[in-house]
Amino acid sequence: MDQLYQHLLNGLLLGATYSLLGIGLTLVFGLMHVVNFAHGEFYTLGAYALFAALAGASVDFFLAIPLAVVLGAAAGALCERVLLRPLRGESIDTVMLVMIGVWIAMQNAELLGWGGVAKSVPTPFSTRPVVLGSVSVSPLRLFVFGVSGFLILGAHLLLARTKLGRAMRATFQDRETAALMGVSIERVHTITFAFGAGLAAAAGALLGPVFLLYPSMGDLASLKAFSVVILGGLGNFVGAALGGLVLGVAEELGAGYISSGYRDAVGFLIIVAVLLLRPSGLFARAERVG
Amino acid sequence: MARVWTGVLVLALALGAAVPASAQPADPIKIGVIQPLSGPVAASGNYVRMGAEIGRDWINARGGVLGRPIQLLIEDNKSDPKEAATAAEKLIVRDKVPILMGAWGSSMTLAAMPKLEEYGVPMVVETSSAASVTKRGNPWVFRISPPSEMEALGLEKYMKDFGVKQADFLAVNTDWGRGSATAFGDLLKRSGASVGATEFMDQAATDMNAQITKIKAGSSDTLFLTTSVEQITLVLKQAQEQRLVRKVITTGGSSSPSQLIKQAGAAAEGTYHLLFFLPWFPEAMPDGKLAKAFVDEWSKRGHPFEGLTEGFRGHDGILTAAEAIKIAGRPDPKAVRDALWRVSIMGVNGPIKFEKDGPAGKESGQSKPSIFIVEIKDGKIALPAFVAKK
Repeated sequence: MDQLYQHLLNGLLLGATYSLLGIGLTLVFGLMHVVNFAHGEFYTLGAYALFAALAGASVDFFLAIPLAVVLGAAAGALCERVLLRPLRGESIDTVMLVMIGVWIAMQNAELLGWGGVAKSVPTPFSTRPVVLGSVSVSPLRLFVFGVSGFLILGAHLLLARTKLGRAMRATFQDRETAALMGVSIERVHTITFAFGAGLAAAAGALLGPVFLLYPSMGDLASLKAFSVVILGGLGNFVGAALGGLVLGVAEELGAGYISSGYRDAVGFLIIVAVLLLRPSGLFARAERVG
Repeated sequence: MARVWTGVLVLALALGAAVPASAQPADPIKIGVIQPLSGPVAASGNYVRMGAEIGRDWINARGGVLGRPIQLLIEDNKSDPKEAATAAEKLIVRDKVPILMGAWGSSMTLAAMPKLEEYGVPMVVETSSAASVTKRGNPWVFRISPPSEMEALGLEKYMKDFGVKQADFLAVNTDWGRGSATAFGDLLKRSGASVGATEFMDQAATDMNAQITKIKAGSSDTLFLTTSVEQITLVLKQAQEQRLVRKVITTGGSSSPSQLIKQAGAAAEGTYHLLFFLPWFPEAMPDGKLAKAFVDEWSKRGHPFEGLTEGFRGHDGILTAAEAIKIAGRPDPKAVRDALWRVSIMGVNGPIKFEKDGPAGKESGQSKPSIFIVEIKDGKIALPAFVAKK
């Protein structure tokens, strides 16, 4: 039984990291319909930005995280302004190819800049685990869990409750009408993409210290993010958050009780099942067609 | 006027004859190198590359081979078996190298091997540990690293000192990890211990908590850990978070203990590591002078100390390849392959000499490298007390 509790706790912590990866992508992919293959690279950028701020400029850890997020958002805004704006109205495939290009270019730039050797980020947290009855967890992971929850909730509220959020949703539902209502749609595009990239960078800055930093770290992150978005339904924050948790717990229990060699297979089996049975996502409400 | 032209012609002919003659010795002999320079195991591949470059520079400083300098053509296999096969083909077909060195991981080496047979070019295998590398009947493969079985034999004499009653395995889900779990599992059974859980992890996986929880639920006393230094770091940290109490022994020689001390900190305390080079105690190596010179050259170049346990492989691999070319007398793949059987040379690890391994008639070459054990004690590398005694 102790084993099950620890597995569930591991699964929730892992799932929260997946959720965090998923929310940025659900904005860009789900709402903007940009198949953002570079999502993992903004994640990597956030992680390396944190590392640079800590090791290079000896900035405080808790200040370095928002700095990394701002840098990620700025990179996202630049990417949108320079590459995506000229492609507005082009087919989704063209945009997808450009994003594959961005992915490759960014990853190789990281390799050039930082080298292939993994780096580890020092944190102010103790390595002594917090013991809760029969289970234990590191303080750093608890911190990441808390901040993830806060970011997910914040992003959800921003999209659902604020004027900017309404403008975002309106723009991607119906460009022309939104423009007629006085929404500055070009700006909304840039802000939305920057927001998605900033969330990816936040995930990188939070998870970089938990794991290790290396230039291809974003590949796995992208893969998981796409899985989470598909599980949760496109553009659905709550869906992405729950989808991440479902994926994390499923992988954990699959590895724990079926076979650790097929750990990733368990996650993908669930995705296949969801695509077959509920193609609009596990948590999608019935949508109006047309 | 005519005489002037004749003079010019004679001069031109003389020059023309002289140019190819003087250009020939400067023409380098190429050696192809395939390593993971990016991707999840990039650290190791880059260290091997640094070691290979030292090997190249030392050989060239001694006048090269056959009076010609050697040149390394280094390809990145991106930690991916598919890329390893592509890299081998590119080096063989486009660059026409007479010999290759590579490709770090067993899965990458195994993927490149059919290309060796297809084109008839030999490869010195410097790192891979899966038994299948030399058991597949590929007569173009010459391995200087120990297969897991040989590593297990190296550990056998210390089994009593470790006092293992039951051990679990956590290994990377590749030919290397799976092969290692089998080889060390056999060792345990031979020495009267039993095997608990055998768990695997994807090469790129970063969260191994599920496997650790499962291992923790068992009642073993020892954990054999087989993967790259990146994943060992993560496993040790996550094991610490879950308060897993086990004697940890890493296999495969890619654990870079100095890097573990730096990146895993207290989580690495008390772990044991099977290694093939002891840069902390170079004088304890079979050729202490060579080992010391290698360590000195490495630090002179500003390479990170923690890369040495991986970097020597590159040096020894290039040394072996160059020696084979020298014995062959010409950079021809077939002649170099035949010459590899006659190589007998001292590397940083120790003597390199190939014995036949694999199905009769199609044997691969396997050298018998030296194997060592170290312990991380008080944040430093030490020889375990029972090793020092013997």
